Amino acid sequence: MTSLSLKDVCKSYGEIEVLRDINLEIEQGELIVFVGPSGCGKSTLLRMIAGLEKITGGTLEIDDVVVNDVPPAQRGIAMVFQSYALYPHMTVYDNMAFALKLARKSKEEIDEAVKNAAETLQLTEYLDRLPKALSGGQRQRVAIGRSIVRDPKVFLFDEPLSNLDAALRVATRIEIAQLKESMPESTMVYVTHDQVEAMTLASRIVVLHGGNVEQFGAPLDLYERPANTFVAQFIGSPAMNLIEAKVTATGDTTSVKMADGGHADVPIASVDGDVGGTFKLGVRPEDLTVTESDDYLVSAHVDMVEALGETTVLYFRSQNGEPGLVAKLPGIHRVAKGTNIRLNSVPEKLHLFDGDGRSLLYR
Amino acid sequence: MASIAGKKSALTWAVHISVALLVLLWLFPTIGLFVSSFRTADQISSSGWWASLFPAEQNEVYRAADPDDNRVADGDMFVVKGNIFEGDPRDIRSWGVSSRNVSAYQPGETAEMKDGESVTLQADGSYVWRGNDKQLSGRGQRIFITATVPPEFTLGNYTTILFSGSGQDNMAKAFFNTLTVTIPATIIPIVVAAFAAYALAWMEFPGRALLIAAVVGFLVVPLQLALIPLLRLHLGIGIGKGYLGVWLAHTAFGMPLAVYLLRNYMVGLPRDIIENAKVDGATDFQIFTRIILPLSFPALASFAIFQFLWTWNDLLVAKVFLIDATGSTTVMTNQIVELLGTRGGNWEILATAAFVSIAVPLAVFFAMQRYLVRGLLAGSVK
Amino acid sequence: MFSNNSALYGLTVIVIGVGGCLGYFFLSNLFLDKVLFPASGPNAGRNINRANMIRPWLFLFPALFALVVYLAYPVFETLRLSFTDRDQGGAFVGLANYRQMMDEPKFWEAVQNNMLWLIVVPAISTAFGLLVAQLTDRIRWGNLAKSLIFMPMAISFVGASVIFKLIYDTRPEEQNQIGILNAIWLKLDGGIGSILMLQVLPSILLIGFVVIVASVAWSFVRGIIAKGEDKSVWLLPLRLLVAGGALWLIWVSISSLLGLWIGGLPYGEAQTWLTIPLWNNFFLMVVLIWIQTGFAMVILSAALRGIPEETVEAAIIDGANPFQIFFKIKVPQIMGTIVVVWTTITLTVLKVFDIVFAMTNGQWETQVLANYMYDKLFRANDWGIGSASAIVIMLLVTPILVWNVYNARKEMK
Repeated sequence: MTSLSLKDVCKSYGEIEVLRDINLEIEQGELIVFVGPSGCGKSTLLRMIAGLEKITGGTLEIDDVVVNDVPPAQRGIAMVFQSYALYPHMTVYDNMAFALKLARKSKEEIDEAVKNAAETLQLTEYLDRLPKALSGGQRQRVAIGRSIVRDPKVFLFDEPLSNLDAALRVATRIEIAQLKESMPESTMVYVTHDQVEAMTLASRIVVLHGGNVEQFGAPLDLYERPANTFVAQFIGSPAMNLIEAKVTATGDTTSVKMADGGHADVPIASVDGDVGGTFKLGVRPEDLTVTESDDYLVSAHVDMVEALGETTVLYFRSQNGEPGLVAKLPGIHRVAKGTNIRLNSVPEKLHLFDGDGRSLLYR
Repeated sequence: MASIAGKKSALTWAVHISVALLVLLWLFPTIGLFVSSFRTADQISSSGWWASLFPAEQNEVYRAADPDDNRVADGDMFVVKGNIFEGDPRDIRSWGVSSRNVSAYQPGETAEMKDGESVTLQADGSYVWRGNDKQLSGRGQRIFITATVPPEFTLGNYTTILFSGSGQDNMAKAFFNTLTVTIPATIIPIVVAAFAAYALAWMEFPGRALLIAAVVGFLVVPLQLALIPLLRLHLGIGIGKGYLGVWLAHTAFGMPLAVYLLRNYMVGLPRDIIENAKVDGATDFQIFTRIILPLSFPALASFAIFQFLWTWNDLLVAKVFLIDATGSTTVMTNQIVELLGTRGGNWEILATAAFVSIAVPLAVFFAMQRYLVRGLLAGSVK
Repeated sequence: MFSNNSALYGLTVIVIGVGGCLGYFFLSNLFLDKVLFPASGPNAGRNINRANMIRPWLFLFPALFALVVYLAYPVFETLRLSFTDRDQGGAFVGLANYRQMMDEPKFWEAVQNNMLWLIVVPAISTAFGLLVAQLTDRIRWGNLAKSLIFMPMAISFVGASVIFKLIYDTRPEEQNQIGILNAIWLKLDGGIGSILMLQVLPSILLIGFVVIVASVAWSFVRGIIAKGEDKSVWLLPLRLLVAGGALWLIWVSISSLLGLWIGGLPYGEAQTWLTIPLWNNFFLMVVLIWIQTGFAMVILSAALRGIPEETVEAAIIDGANPFQIFFKIKVPQIMGTIVVVWTTITLTVLKVFDIVFAMTNGQWETQVLANYMYDKLFRANDWGIGSASAIVIMLLVTPILVWNVYNARKEMK
């Protein structure tokens, strides 16, 4: 059952268009993550779903009802803000009960809902405190609790972890994942710029860039089959290496040749017209291996070595004005700075993008 | 900076001393008024108030007891003994028996006069006056003493000003009139301005920026411009001179600052909180009363103090809009100005009246200084 | 007995006033949401949008009403009245009021005195405020000291006038002086100490003042002659105005300097301070300086605290002494705040009324514009000239008004 549906949704401030023709169908029970660099419009899109920003064009449906002109409180949504937005002058209990009081629910009903939510989030002993007497993680939980008591159709999270320190962020992320598991029926939309949060939490990810949806799919799909160079470089860390390559042969397998003499046969289909074209060969740093043989992808000059023990990261000198390559090798490698080495990869792990940066997989 | 190595301590001392001097210089005028309000009219006009803080030398004249009733024979002489103070002792520095030399002797010494007559005065005021039959008759011997008198203060002026004084000297009515002006003129603009400030801070509508600019402009429009047209307006629509007129005037004159202060504060509240309240289903009215007002308390307090001080201390608005020919609605500032005109020399009345009128603002000032400072910082246009 | 009636009246007004305001806001919102544009039915969405277009104006209405009727309307009405004559039943008389006002020496006296006030009070208050703010910044009892110097802010101008009248009080020759100023004055005897304090020191101050005024004026005037300066027509009147003002100031300073040395000082005689022309203006200004210094100090103290500590520490390492740190590092960083303090005090000075009214009522050549206006309005009952003088005050305020609005708009963008 479709829980949330966006059809050709646009947003512009006067002349400036910030979101263009967004089309998304979100099923009930999914946890969707909007991810993208800052300024990509992901928060604006979330706020449009919440009703805090007017929709300039297109339609937004929640449970098959068009809600473009419905005020936030009547959309059946709840939102957790980046800054938590707790009411500083109300106790934890009153913070959670506020929405229900406004909706004129009975005292018993309110009490039960608040107590239940507090139980789930281990906040029972803090109900009488003011927000300023809570730690960051506890405030975060109150903000979540406040949305739970409303029993909404859709939960909206706006970068809820970005105000927490690193350790707490991991813990709270796991808590949110567990919370989602305990509420399989509810739909959640989650905005973040952090790809780790996106990969670990999402059932599907929406990658936004410059007001457009770049790709919409399951996390590993995005990792293994990125639709374009933007997604390819945005998902995964360090980012995917892109090497300029000339197409030498086409067919079910595409052969490419690099400027420095390396070559590869990529098991991705291409058409005859591609021969001679300049494509981008994509290879993730963690898929590169060191090789001595003449059958190699690239040969490069090691500029810097970061030995982390668990992995060794090699940074190579950039050539022809392209960004330098990065390789992430498992374990310890005693590679000397300043040497030239050859790198190779399994053909199945290679990606090919055409001149416009689109993956050949999706042609 | 105090912890920086090699810093000269002489400079630190210079700073301490100059600050102390400045503070004294600034306090001195007020202390003068304060001290004077506890002195009697005679004290004020006979010496400067600064002298009253220390024991003063004072010349007094006493007479020995009537010799015809009190003399006792002692051989062929007679003696009168007694104590000049009669239960009101002084600290005698020196004494004498003639008005030409009032401090000829120390306590305990004996003054020898003509023909064997003598007087001995002890430090506690007891004296022995010795002489023959003729000398110890008629009126008692005069004894001049120079005594140090401890500082002496009275609450009498306050009794006069607040309770027993008549006519102009009684400030009680003016005090209550001032209160009657001040309290509504403080509270009503806060309510009105708070709503407007919320609209200017958090609601979207065309012309908002223009209105904010207008408020900033109104901040500096001199009151003087409003006097004539408004007085004519008040007289024209029948409000006339009276409390209603002065309340309305104070409310309106305080409005630009109130709106400006409150808007600046409200605009700084986190947007997320207000949006969250919208998601929670609060209407604008509910957001205002349940979220904005409680959170804006510091700004409300700042403005309230401003408005209170300004209305309490005001003279011009009250003179124009409130005080009519009968003078029954006079406020304290006005009454003090009238006292200055009619009783310019009666410092005990003036000082006390002035101190009564500044006591309340001073109390408010010291109790709520934090909010006043905060308001000042927010209120000066950046 | 204590006029219970008026107190009760006041209480009722508070209840009715506040209740009325809240009631107005609540009921008007209710009416909007439930009756005019109900948020239900087929047009719910459109109705909500419409209601939200009207709601801001419901919130704004009472405040706007007060601003328009009590501040905006009077500005224009005063302007109109300044062109009419009450004796002729409010007939339009053109500039006659202004002409008559210009012919009055009392008006020019008020303008001159106001100029003096405008220069002296903001300058000294700001300077003292800055001094105290800096001195108290790092000492342990600084907050107490600040609070005591700030205290006169709470005292009314009238109260302050009484306080200072006691200081300036004069008693006949044979009595003890009870005003501290005369008490000190009588202790001075024309000896070397007195000459240093009362002739040499003021002379140095006056000469310093002349030099500062002259250099400021020169930096303005130079633009008329020098090359490469902005020679737009707008600036010419401003430059001439500054030059004229400066010349006048220099003349006043030099003539009082001469008076200081030629006339000889009347030692040993109790002075009635408030009746000595020219000087009595300064005795009145002292009252306002006493009050405003605290204001300047509070704002400047906050500004000094806002200076990044690192810049001061860097200057210490660079070898600056405390004076260099203050004048070369701190003052330039808070220049904006100093300007704000200066203009705010300037506004207060332009409206100063109570002090002059209570202390001299404009006698002995101490008239100022605000008191002149009050005189015309309520003693002479001449609203034409009264309005004309109010408009003069408004004109003096206008540059600050424009500047503030300009800044506020810039800040909002």
